[in-house]
Amino acid sequence: MNKPDFVPSSLYPAKTKRTLTLSFIAVLGFYLISSITTESFIINFFLKIGNITELVGRFFPPDWSYITVIYPKLFETIHMAVIATTVAVIISIPFSLLAANNITTNKWLYNVMRFILNIIRTIPDIVLAVVFVALFGIGAFSGIIALIVFAIGILVKLMSEIIEAIDMSPSEAIKASGGNTIQTIWYAVVPQILPQFISFSLYVFEINIRASVVLGLVGAGGIGQLINQRINFLDYQAVSTTVLVIFAVVVVIDWISGKLREGLV
Amino acid sequence: MIEFKNLSLTYPNGTKGLKNINIKINEGEFVVIVGLSGAGKSTFIRSINRLVTPTEGELVVDGENILNHNGKSLRELRKKVGMIFQSYNLVKRSTVLKNVISGRLGYTGTLKSIFNMFPKEDMELAYENLKRVNIEEKLYNRADELSGGQQQRVSIARVLTQKPKVILADEPVASLDPPTSHQVMKYLKQINQEDNITTIVNLHFIDMAMEYADRIIGMRAGEVVYDGPASEVTEQTFEEIYGRAIREEDMRGGEENE
Ligand SMILES: Nc1ncnc2c1ncn2[C@@H]1O[C@H](COP(=O)(O)OP(=O)(O)OP(=O)(O)O)[C@@H](O)[C@H]1O
Ligand SMILES: [Mg+2]
Repeated sequence: MNKPDFVPSSLYPAKTKRTLTLSFIAVLGFYLISSITTESFIINFFLKIGNITELVGRFFPPDWSYITVIYPKLFETIHMAVIATTVAVIISIPFSLLAANNITTNKWLYNVMRFILNIIRTIPDIVLAVVFVALFGIGAFSGIIALIVFAIGILVKLMSEIIEAIDMSPSEAIKASGGNTIQTIWYAVVPQILPQFISFSLYVFEINIRASVVLGLVGAGGIGQLINQRINFLDYQAVSTTVLVIFAVVVVIDWISGKLREGLV
Repeated sequence: MIEFKNLSLTYPNGTKGLKNINIKINEGEFVVIVGLSGAGKSTFIRSINRLVTPTEGELVVDGENILNHNGKSLRELRKKVGMIFQSYNLVKRSTVLKNVISGRLGYTGTLKSIFNMFPKEDMELAYENLKRVNIEEKLYNRADELSGGQQQRVSIARVLTQKPKVILADEPVASLDPPTSHQVMKYLKQINQEDNITTIVNLHFIDMAMEYADRIIGMRAGEVVYDGPASEVTEQTFEEIYGRAIREEDMRGGEENE
């Protein structure tokens, strides 16, 4: 047997290796520059671990007597999410149809709807809350409005995509038998999207519960407001009670709504 | 009566779907339109209920030129002209009954139809029509639980529930096997005879055309190239319409397997 004239020394060609090495150096450099300019080094986490453990200690044990204060605000949070989700669902129905190109065949109208939708979706929920708190003052009302706008952005996006994927042939049949536009949508479109629509609405409800906690931090009502207040009073034991309650409620609501959604699709 | 007067249709992209058609279809006739793929059969049929709009000439249905119909008058036209589709076009997640009763939507107010408030006579009519096509025991089944032939029968019941004067059928058996195809054609023929509903069917099987039609219209490249009673049609006629020899795929066959 003669010696092979070439033995590959690597699994990758030299060019790939070079590209990989260069990318690796670039990413590493980027980390360094970012850390220097923002003066936040990951290493701090380990240097300050002492502070952290000391602070965490102050959260324990949770102050269970605080629960009586939490309850009303907890229900406020749930109410906010329920109202916001319901209103958002109702408003989303016509807009989902307008943002679906198989229903809204007018190109101009469709593009305007998509444009508005994309703008809404670029605004984070917390920014919406800050804006509405500035407009309507501190309290649950501002939070609800922020949640509605936020939820509409998500729902219309998800729903219009589902609508665009439906089978249009039944619509043609209803149209051809003399049904009007609303009847066509109700009989030929709605049955095809209803299960997903309910499922998405529950999903948005879950998101709204979590979002409304965060919104409270900027004064938009609900249980988040308590956390903010207690932290300011350095009452960390009450904060940990609140966080535990929120955790339990979110888990329970996610579980229930998850079960409901499973049964639907 | 349906009358095409110098009727032409040019699609927005410039394709000529129909070229100067002059045809009269009498009440109660069973007309089969044949022609190769792209000949303009669907365009012809879909002009009659204005799913497409001819660009020149006149199209008279029931004494009115339908080319300028819109909104309400268009819906009135479509109540009179029912349609059956190749892919049945049922709402698959809805029940058979709900699909059939949807034939009444043209007669029902928007609000009433949203709350499913159909008059008792309409429900009775829907059920009677399901019985006519022998599928009444599937009343509450979801449409997607039915076989293709059963779904097409449901779509026949739906069109009957609309009480049309004309039934258009665009390749109603193209997705079905031979025995089921004959079964569906027999229902259409029977309804045509019992109710005197003018029936216009697109088919590309010449044996079926000869068996069920009273009259055959042959199309090629948007033009009517043959029009005559089915009794006078021979394979030769089809070769002229198609502009080529008859092949195996032009025959549905299979009636004896029933
Ligand atoms: N929406 C449309 N836009 C442009 N051209 C079209 C459109 N629909 C049909 N055509 C063209 O018009 C001609 C006639 O089409 P039509 O669908 O009426 O034929 P057909 O006889 O029904 O054919 P098939 O047997 O394949 O269904 C074809 O050349 C087709 O490509
Ligand atoms: Mg066709």
